[in-house]
Amino acid sequence: MIRVELPAHLRLLAHVGAEVTLEVEGQATLRAVLDELEARYPVLCGTIRDHVTQKRRPFLRFFACEQDLSHESPDTPLPAAVVAGTEPLLIIGAIAGG
Amino acid sequence: MSGIRVLVGTRKGAFVLTSDGSRKKWGISGPHFAGWEMYHLKGSPADPQRIYASQSSGWFGQMIQRSDDGGETWTAVGNKFVYDGATGTHQWYDGTPHPWEFKRVWHLEPSYTDPDTVYAGVEDAAMFRTTDGGQSWQELPGLRTHGSGPRWQPGAGGMCLHTILLDRSNPARIFIAISAAGAFRSDDGGESWHPINRGLYSKYIPDPTAEVGHCVHRIAMHPSRPDVLFMQKHWDVMRSDDAGDSWHKISGDLPTDFGFVIDVHAHEPDTVYVVPIKSDAEHFPLEGKLRVYRSRTGGNEWEPLTEGLPQSDCYVNVLRDAMAVDTLDPCGVYFGTTGGQVYASADSGDNWAPIVRDLPAVVSVEVQTLP
Repeated sequence: MIRVELPAHLRLLAHVGAEVTLEVEGQATLRAVLDELEARYPVLCGTIRDHVTQKRRPFLRFFACEQDLSHESPDTPLPAAVVAGTEPLLIIGAIAGG
Repeated sequence: MSGIRVLVGTRKGAFVLTSDGSRKKWGISGPHFAGWEMYHLKGSPADPQRIYASQSSGWFGQMIQRSDDGGETWTAVGNKFVYDGATGTHQWYDGTPHPWEFKRVWHLEPSYTDPDTVYAGVEDAAMFRTTDGGQSWQELPGLRTHGSGPRWQPGAGGMCLHTILLDRSNPARIFIAISAAGAFRSDDGGESWHPINRGLYSKYIPDPTAEVGHCVHRIAMHPSRPDVLFMQKHWDVMRSDDAGDSWHKISGDLPTDFGFVIDVHAHEPDTVYVVPIKSDAEHFPLEGKLRVYRSRTGGNEWEPLTEGLPQSDCYVNVLRDAMAVDTLDPCGVYFGTTGGQVYASADSGDNWAPIVRDLPAVVSVEVQTLP
């Protein structure tokens, strides 16, 4: 079970609380988690990564275990603590704007 | 008794204001989609309970929301806007080629006859259409691939397709406007397009009379007279009597002819409204006085309308999609400001009052006249 924390606007869109839990088959990578998140909550398609290129939207970041995973390959395995569910994957909106 | 519903898009959410036909007391709901930029909301002429809204964010991209109950509840529909085929380039601010990139939906124009059909004007400039109530969107690529695209350039707000006018008497005819490319017309339902900018003069492009490159801010039309168009350009208020084939200047005695909005009285096709803004460098009313100007002669002769509007120390702007009229008699006129006020006149502009104030900066105002 993987825990994902969403920013407030995406929680409202998906009608979920601060954290959602996902079961990911196979190797748990960022891509696999986002695939599962979008499958469960289709309204989030296009809000975290581009519909076509699948690239992370530039004002969003991925943090976990006090590391910035934003610039990792989406196929890099997630940290063991995220896979084990003891640490969440954080999807964070950049501190910008007003 | 008739009712009025005013749909207000702001930088930080949407608001819905309602009143009976007297237009004296207003109820307000919102913010809907709090914190999101709401570039435009518009109701379907074919089903007034059906409303579409463009919701966007620099963080999370584009959403389209749909209401089937007059704005009480909303459902997110399709948000996938993908250009059809190779995108090519337009000019960047510095004149270098820049690839087309989708950023947001500026304007939603529902069909007169089918609540499920809506046209969307987007940035970077292109036209999309849905025929399934917003679930899926397809580009009408004939506009973007018209051939002049490499000469289009962004205005200060981005390279946006911000105006879509449908001709109620001729479904094949559509007018659009792009900042900064100009106005275009389709006579085949959006399949093919041609520029309609003859008569425009723009000093900020190398050839001031070029076929494209003009920063058209807004076009308006009276539904009963679709060959007559009124335009607020970056500078200049213009008129066409031949469906855009040629334009002539009607700024006349306006104190300044820079501005963003322009609209036409619901029952008097030659009564036109603008809100003059001081200049392209100073986006606020001249002399700190918020004045709507009305021409009852189709242009050239303009009268200031000031009753109920602030006449000192007012430094708001009125953005291009932020004026609308209702169809009651007398005609109601509405506009929103970047200071968060929505002003309304229930007597064709003679007297004004704020129907809400202190909202976030208003981006768009649309009005529905309900049975």
